[in-house]
Amino acid sequence: MKITFPHMGNIYIPLKTIFESLGCEVILPPPCSKKTLELGVAYSPEFACLPLKINIGNFIEALEKGADTIVMAGGVGPCRFGYYGEVQKEILKDLGFNFEMIILEPPQGNFIDLLNKIRLITNRNNNGVKDLIKAIRIGWKKALLLDEIEKQLFKYRPRERCKGQTEKVYNSLVKEILNAKCEKELALLETQIHDVFSNISVIKNLTPVKVGIVGEIYTVLEPFVNLNIEKQLGELGVEVYRNIYITDWVRENLLPSFIRSQDHNIMLKLAEPYINCFVGGHGQESVAQIINFSKMGFDGVIHLLPFTCMPEIVAKSAIPRINQEHHIPVMTIVLDEHSAETGFRTRLEAFVDMLCHNREVKNNAVLSGN
Amino acid sequence: MRIGIPRALFYYQYFPFWKTLFEVLRFEVVLSPPTNKEILEQGTKLCVDDACLPIKVYHGHIAVLKDKVDMIFVPRVISIEPRKYICPKFLGLPDMIRNSIPDISRVLDTELNLYKGKYNMLNHVLNLGKILKINRSRILLAYYKAIKAQMKFEDLLIKKLATPQELFDKKQNFILESQLLKKHTNNIKVLLLGHNYNIYDDYISMGLIRKLRKNKIDLITTEMVEKKYITIGSKQLSKDMFWTLGEKTLGTAFYYLENSKVDGVIHVASFGCGPDSLVGEILEKKTKKQYKVPILYLNLDEHAGESGFNTRIEAFLDVLEGRKYLEDNLSAHG
Ligand code: SF4
Ligand code: SF4
Repeated sequence: MKITFPHMGNIYIPLKTIFESLGCEVILPPPCSKKTLELGVAYSPEFACLPLKINIGNFIEALEKGADTIVMAGGVGPCRFGYYGEVQKEILKDLGFNFEMIILEPPQGNFIDLLNKIRLITNRNNNGVKDLIKAIRIGWKKALLLDEIEKQLFKYRPRERCKGQTEKVYNSLVKEILNAKCEKELALLETQIHDVFSNISVIKNLTPVKVGIVGEIYTVLEPFVNLNIEKQLGELGVEVYRNIYITDWVRENLLPSFIRSQDHNIMLKLAEPYINCFVGGHGQESVAQIINFSKMGFDGVIHLLPFTCMPEIVAKSAIPRINQEHHIPVMTIVLDEHSAETGFRTRLEAFVDMLCHNREVKNNAVLSGN
Repeated sequence: MRIGIPRALFYYQYFPFWKTLFEVLRFEVVLSPPTNKEILEQGTKLCVDDACLPIKVYHGHIAVLKDKVDMIFVPRVISIEPRKYICPKFLGLPDMIRNSIPDISRVLDTELNLYKGKYNMLNHVLNLGKILKINRSRILLAYYKAIKAQMKFEDLLIKKLATPQELFDKKQNFILESQLLKKHTNNIKVLLLGHNYNIYDDYISMGLIRKLRKNKIDLITTEMVEKKYITIGSKQLSKDMFWTLGEKTLGTAFYYLENSKVDGVIHVASFGCGPDSLVGEILEKKTKKQYKVPILYLNLDEHAGESGFNTRIEAFLDVLEGRKYLEDNLSAHG
């Protein structure tokens, strides 16, 4: 069995680790590229949302590399994601690929069940339940560490003296996490993260403009799709924050009936005056997070969504009112296969300029107030 | 007390129910006029610009109603049958309205959620009663009458192969059954698939049904098909479809195509419709592979030009006519 699955940021690292430790061969799709996008666009329905198209590109590239089994998450609606797998399967079959597709349908078929099945069919007689638990623990730990180093990356990048240094540090840590074999190794890495980052030479006393990133989870998590927005903002001297990480996606989609944390519910309350009901995807979360960022004194928020994304269109309807009532600038960026060509950087620069200006005005007001 | 109901979205599904319910409770029901240019323009101006056409149109209907009534009925339609949804935008509809039309009069946004079972329709009505401060026995009576009107409506659509508009007079009362004329057709049967709020809205569908009727096409829409046939058709899906309207579309299509009961299919979708981007793909793939029936795909948005639209419909009907002619003559000789 040569397993593959779609890319979404760093999620391939924990997944690869888990499958491999159960004795499966994993064939990763090459990192998302222009070619991935072109393949996806060529073979997907024209009006499907962007994640479906990029997935198709990933699958084609992985099948061409020799994968024979695709693992994909499913769902029961209300949004399109739950039906992605069915449609993708048909598209790939029509293209003549020979493969099996395992779609994890909640609640019967969750990720852990699948792993257990794999454990039983891989003919390694030393694959006990214990090994399975160990594999999952290592995978989860990796996911947590990846989230942590990403947070550090966002924090250090706008402050670095030497351009690109933070990213170098980050990339080498990603490699180490990818290659780590056991929990001990990971525990050791964890203790080092802080030191490694604090060795980066930074400009002291800098208070960068702070921008929160919210929106549809896939576009937030996959840098290829969001045109590396976090990096671009970092280069413009912005400190970026976000509230969605791969561990969140894993919790919601791969683990059995996970009970959402208390914090999450408290945060959702913030959305109530604007969106008083679950609307699929992360529509409600986006609204709650914008308000939350405003309460935390952020300078601005960027709201990301794929073209025609339903939950985020509902969220977008709330933005003018939030803007008025919470006084926080929000820029919405709609992403599709053409977004790279449409003066993206210029728009980001203009937004950041405005935030810097706002901040000066505010500071001056405070100064003259004294 | 005047209660406003926008002539859009679920008006086409539930109007007899809501009208009866509110009228029995002695409210004056004010219906917005049929969609027109002004409504569309208002809607486009007010609504978040990435939304699909029917959602924009809905905003327009609210805009023309809002100052004429004491409150507007904007139910939060989460689900109208067990284990299925309509669309994320329906879930968030009352929110979108409040966000985009802040000066709106009172909004009655009672939830309609049959996800866990049909009996929840009663809950919907009881909740309405609570908000409107109406005592339980009066509400139950109104509910009973409303259900009866709704059942009559749904039966007539199927029995008379009629569209919702064809069942009502100007005042939105049922016309007498004897007056529902049998239509003369030219024996070309077309399956008209698409969400009811698109295909039955004469303005946004650019008179599609009118045009088909004028051409004496024998018309079938999903509303004219008994649920059991839709269920049979939808068995062909490899996974249960969790969108009501998507399942209706595909179930009807596969049932009729499988039984060779139609000469052509027209699929109408809103530009940018989430569910239909996938539903359309499934329909197209399967039809191409398995059935040799011509399909016409029509996309609706606020910029669509009527002349191009007409040309496409005419060309399509020509194809169907040509095929029919060949078929009849071949079988006559064979
Ligand atoms: S949340 Fe948006 S991107 Fe995701 S499936 Fe739904 S419409 Fe597509
Ligand atoms: S189902 Fe499609 S047309 Fe209807 S509201 Fe949703 S996106 Fe729009």
